[in-house]
Parts: sequence; structure tokens; C-alpha cells
Amino acid sequence: MTPHDEPPRNPIAPTAAIPCATGRDQTVQFLEMKGITKRFPGVLANDHVDFQVRSGEIHALLGENGAGKTTLMRILYGLYQPDEGKIAINGKAVTIRSPREATALGISMVHQHFMLVPPLTVAENVILGLKSTREPWLNLGEAQERIAELGRCYGLRVDPRARVWQLSVGEQQRVEIIKALYRRAELLILDEPTAVLTPQEVQEFFTILRQMARQGQAIIFISHKLHEVTALSDRVTVLRDGQVVGTMLTSATDRQRLAQMMVGREISFQRYKDPVNKGEVALELQGVWAQGDKGLPALKGVSLTVSQGEILGLAGVAGNGQRELAEVIAGLRPATQGKVVVGQKDVTNRSPAEIIAQGMSYVPEERMRVGTIVDFSVAENAILETHGQAPLARGWFLDYQAIGRYAEKLIADFDVKTPSQDTPVRHLSGGNVQKLILARELSRSPRLLVAAQPTRGLDVGATEYIQKRLVEQRSKGTAILLISEDLDEVLALSDRVAVMYEGQVVGVMPTSEASVEELGLLMAGVKKQLPA
Amino acid sequence: MVEQLLAQGFIIGVLATSIRLTAPMLFAALGEMFAERAGVLNLGVEGIMLMGAYFAFWASFTSESPWLGLVAGMAIGGLMGLGMAFISVNLRANQGISGIGIYLLGWGLSSLFFRLTFGAISGVAGFQPVNIPILSAIPVLGPVLFQHNVVVYIALLLVPLSYVVLFKTTFGLSLRAVGENPEAADTMGIQVYLIQYVCVILGGILAGLAGAFLTVGQMNMFVDNITAGRGFIAIALVYFGRWSPYGILAGSFLFSIVDALQMWMQVIGFGVPYEVLVMQPYILTVLVLALAVGRSGGPAALSKPYVRGGT
Repeated sequence: MTPHDEPPRNPIAPTAAIPCATGRDQTVQFLEMKGITKRFPGVLANDHVDFQVRSGEIHALLGENGAGKTTLMRILYGLYQPDEGKIAINGKAVTIRSPREATALGISMVHQHFMLVPPLTVAENVILGLKSTREPWLNLGEAQERIAELGRCYGLRVDPRARVWQLSVGEQQRVEIIKALYRRAELLILDEPTAVLTPQEVQEFFTILRQMARQGQAIIFISHKLHEVTALSDRVTVLRDGQVVGTMLTSATDRQRLAQMMVGREISFQRYKDPVNKGEVALELQGVWAQGDKGLPALKGVSLTVSQGEILGLAGVAGNGQRELAEVIAGLRPATQGKVVVGQKDVTNRSPAEIIAQGMSYVPEERMRVGTIVDFSVAENAILETHGQAPLARGWFLDYQAIGRYAEKLIADFDVKTPSQDTPVRHLSGGNVQKLILARELSRSPRLLVAAQPTRGLDVGATEYIQKRLVEQRSKGTAILLISEDLDEVLALSDRVAVMYEGQVVGVMPTSEASVEELGLLMAGVKKQLPA
Repeated sequence: MVEQLLAQGFIIGVLATSIRLTAPMLFAALGEMFAERAGVLNLGVEGIMLMGAYFAFWASFTSESPWLGLVAGMAIGGLMGLGMAFISVNLRANQGISGIGIYLLGWGLSSLFFRLTFGAISGVAGFQPVNIPILSAIPVLGPVLFQHNVVVYIALLLVPLSYVVLFKTTFGLSLRAVGENPEAADTMGIQVYLIQYVCVILGGILAGLAGAFLTVGQMNMFVDNITAGRGFIAIALVYFGRWSPYGILAGSFLFSIVDALQMWMQVIGFGVPYEVLVMQPYILTVLVLALAVGRSGGPAALSKPYVRGGT
């Protein structure tokens, strides 16, 4: 080496904390919320909530939908103003009036729906809204370097030059976190962050979060998945009906206790199931191809059978053809090749009415858009498919008395909470809309039920109810195709599990022989089950 | 006849004319590009151009300064852009319908004012061509490119300038984000409505300038409906050019060549009814739009009013 040469760059990536360390005192109380109360007309959303987060800790916020988690976080992020109570950051009292002010105080939020601009690059997304060092000119080079450095520090691998639409969902989530870190966030709020990830991605994501916590980052982890809370967090605060039920060290509690605190009663994780009593084949798919919304093949030769009396769970990461498959079976999307047989009849590319007549029932993924007509009343939605049949109709005329009796019966049988049967469905909660749809679909005693994401976004109580009804229906002899992105749900309910990846079924196995690890590999497309 | 079309003088004439015709298309289309990139579809370009054309004519007639004419055209254009921004951003009106309203308003007002103030066709001095030293003496290229009035050069310079603003500045990044995903932009602290206002007003100013160029830079007079659909062609050009300044330049030039060709064919008398010739640029517009359909790539939030917190 001559004296004029530059000293060689350190060839080893700096894993030591030197360039990454934040120098934050990890025993310090970063956030203190005290006596937070927020009222909405008719609802007490937060009732004197006390909540603290230390630097360097992962603090889980656990609660059912409507327990007040979202309200509390929106207050912290400046979207709502509390009616009572105080917020202190680093011991100093603050008022947070907007997300902008929250960001300035070091609070960042990763939303459940990513706030990214798909045609822009990663670096452009990260610096969006920030002043550049060369105002008014962009300084993308500098941003790319800093992003790469953050990536090294925290294991957040992502190419700063890639366009966001090219990235996987897991990578997009990393971009969201980089956005927060780039703004020197000291407290990161993660709203149900694992909902979109495969099991392997979840493991990787947790490693990143632990790494961030070690560097002094404070993290609030909002979730209703108990096993994730127990696996990841240092402390957990449980909310119920707007009140704090308790804050405790995660190591000092367990899933059963947390569930009880969250719901206020015992929750059974065991779904009681009779042994399978398989009947005739109710649904048979033979090499089905179909196009997605963008005109590209979304299904590439799917073959499956579902027999009466069994639940076939269809697992997979969102967007691998599950939605299109359900639509093909329901007659809402044309199959370009292959055969769909319901019962004994070939119903390929027949109208929904003909398929329904074969005994198919369908619980669609989008319950407010496809499953119901939200401006129609509960009663009208209850008879969407059967309104032309006696006794609901006499000739060309609807018999409103018969409809009323019929709707009343469904509401009672399925525990639909609604002010009246004339209430527009728009005003019902997600769980009650789903109960209504299930009531309508099951009232026809179907041979086959296609249920797409039946419990997505529902609280624990409604989820438990829907799952119980599905298992009951199976025992009554209905064939059920359960499409779900929630692997726990698939494993809990199904008799057999199939995995979809890029428009194909990459594996089918009895649930008793399925492991989360193997399913995860199938879902990620790493592995393909060999045909037995 | 064919020899006439291939004569050097004819070709130079067509090309020189098309460069001149490109200028108003560029102003209007680049302005519309900014508005659409920020998510606002302004279909009122034609009406704004007509108002810009009238006010530029009136101002340069009274002041005898074509420069004041341009300023007046830009001012009224900016004002109408402000109106369009208010209707589409604050009132969240359907942008297609309100744009057509702006068009009809601009057309009606400009002819009304013209009848009230002039009544009969009269002329203004307008801009004189500037021969750029040395370059304008180059054979063929000289007369085609370097013997135009100064506003034509401004229009051509606006293309790289727009490119730099759009892709090399923080403002450009913010406005692209607003047109694609205003909710994300909002959470990142970008003032969505402010950006949309700025872009729609800028689009109005440039549309007004385009109209002004027609009266004081090209025809040196005002007649009713002088724009003859150029505002709508400009909107088509934004689609054709995939919302990029250079694409718009290419599109403008293509249209202008067809337009210039049909003008020169009228001049030499081609034995075809002149109405058929006049139709050509419009037929091209329809063809281009028909072929552009299905090619996605426009701003994702185009013509969708943004409401914080969603609806």
C-alpha cells in the first residue's frame, strides 16, 4: 500500500453498534399517557387509560375490536384530542395536535394499510415530505446511502432503487419501518403488522423488531394474536371496553390468562370436532384456469375435491389466486380452461343462479361490498337469493309478512345484533353482518359452502361464533371450502389443508400431518409437495 | 401535385409551421400534465384558452404591447384555474362535469366580451420572429427551427424545465405522490390541497398563455372559438405522452405536423374539399385516444377528490 492510497474500507459490514447506536438510555420512560379519556357520542372509547412505554422495550397492546386500542393510538398520533388526561414524552408534558407534531416528537406509526406510493422508488417514498439538504433539489443519492445504512443496522434488507410496486408485501413493510427510522422515530407504533406475512416472514420480522429494541427503539405492538404477543413482547397491556385491565411482564403471564383478560370470560382454543364422516364429493375442480383482474392468469390449473362432511382449508398468502378461485366456483368469474363440478353437475361457467340451485352457498371475502347490499335492510339482505320463492313471494309480489317472519327467525337463530330487521346493514358491526350472511347462506341447507376469509377483521367473540357454526355445519354433512389467510384458523378448523401459491395448489395434506413450518414453506413457494 | 409536396420549400414550410403550431399545444398540455399529475383532471382547458386568447387580444390591442397581452392571458388563466381548483378540491365536484362547465363558461364569456368590446374582427401587432444569429442561417434547419418569435422558444424550453421540476425537485416528488396516493402523501406531512391548488392554477396559467399565444403570437387577431378544440387535443396529448414532458413534446409535434400539412395542402390546392383536410388532426386525436385506451400508467388518484379520513 502506497502512502497515497486511501485506507481500505472496512470489508466487514458493521454489525457492532458503533454507527447504529442511538445512545438512548434504555431505562428511561419514553412515553407516559395518564388518565386518557375520550368520549364519542354514546361511547366511552377510552376511560382513564394509563399507558407507559420505555425506550428499548416492545410493549404489546392487546384487546378486541372496539376495546379502545385504535382510539388510544390515534390520540398518541395526534389524530384525536383526548377529552381528559395528559401525555408526556421523556418526562415533558406535550400536546399532540397532528401526525406532523407526533413525528416531530419521535412517534411514528406503521399503518395496517401501507402508506406507500407504488410507482415511486423506495428512496423516493422514504424522503417524501421531507426537506432535502439541497432544497429545492432532490438528493436521492444521500437518501439511498442512509437507507442502506439503516438496512445494515437493523437487518432491513431492501433495495433503495427498487420501485415499491415490485416489492413483496414483507419488503413493503420494511420500507414503512425504514420511513419511520429515517425520520429518527424513537417510538414505533405497529398496527397488526403480521396480518400480511407468512410464518417465515413473521419470524424474520420479529428478529428485526428485537434488534431495533436492543438499539433503544421503543415499540408498541398492537395485536390480537396471543401467541405473537407472548413470543415477542417484553410487557403487555390489555384493554377491554375502553379500560386498562392490566399491564404486566409478558414472562409472568400466558395465553390463556391474556385471552381471559381480553374477553372477560373463558375462551376455548380447542374446537370440538367430531371425527370426519366423509360423504359424496360435493365440489370437484379439474385443471381450472382463470384470469385475474389485470388480464393475467390468476389460476393455473387448480384441481381439488371437497367431500360432504369435511372442511378443506385453503391457506396461502393474499393474492395467490384464492379470491379468483372462490369467484370461479361461485360463477362470478369465467374459467378459461378446466371443469367445475358441484354435486354431480358440471357447472363450469354457468350463472350463479344455476350454481346456487346445485346447493352452493358462498360467503364472499368482501362482506360489505359483495356479501350484502349495505343500503338494504337486514330483512331484504336476508332474502337476496330466495326472494323469488314461496313463501317469501306470491307470484310477482313479495309477501312482507312472510319475509318479516323469516328474517326474525334468522336473526334469532344466528344471534345477529341489530336494532330491528329494517335497519340498513350499513349500520351493523362487521361481526353481525357476517352472522347475517352466514345465516342467509346456511338457511338453504347447502351441499357446499365456500367461505372466503369468514372471520377476517372480526373480534374474538364473533370469530369464535362463526367458527363454531362452520364446524357444526360440517358435522351436518355440508362440504366446506374454507379460504383463509389466518393459518391458525385453517389448522383449527380444517380436516384437510391445501396451500395455494401463484395460482396453483402446491400441496394438500390431512391437518393432522401438517406443521406450521411446512405450510409456511409451501405458502412462500420455497417448496412444492411432491404428488403422492 | 406530388412534385409540389416533395419540393424543398414545401417541406421547410410545413416543418416551420408545425414548430410554430407546437407552442400553444405545449403550453396547454404541459399545464394539464401538472394538474393531472397532482390528481386533478381539468377538462376546462379549452375554455381557459379562449379566455386567455380574448384577454390577451384585448390587452395588447389597448396597450399595443404583445407582452402585456401574454401577461393578461396568464392572469385570467390563473384565475380560472383557481376557480377550477376550488370546485374540484374544496367542493369535490365531479371533475369531468365541472371541467365541461368551465369550458362552456370560457367560450361564452370570451365571445360575449369580444362582441361588447370589438364586435368586428380587428388585428393586433403581435410578436415578430427573432432570427437567432448564425443558427438561423443554416440551410433547412435555420428556417425550420431558428426563425420563430420568442414565445415559441419559451414553449420549447418549458419541456426540459417541466421535466426537471417534476423529477428532480422535492416539489415534483410531492406532487407525483399526491396524484398517486394522496392519503400516503398526507400522512407524510405533504399539504395535499395546497399542492393541488398550485398545480391546477399553474395549469390554468399555462392554458391562458396557450390561448394568448394564438391571438398575439400566431394569428394576430381574435375570432369566436379561435381555439377550435386545441384545448381538448392538449388533454389527449397528456394521455398520449404518458404524463411526461418529452412524451408530450413528441405528441405535440406529431399533431402539429399533421395540422401544418393540411394547412399547406389547402394553400397549394390539393383538389380535396378543405373540410376533409381540416378534419385530419381531429381524426388523429380519436385514433390516438382509441389506441391509448387500456394502456394504464396514469396517476392512480386522477380525478378522485381526496377527503382526509376517507368516506
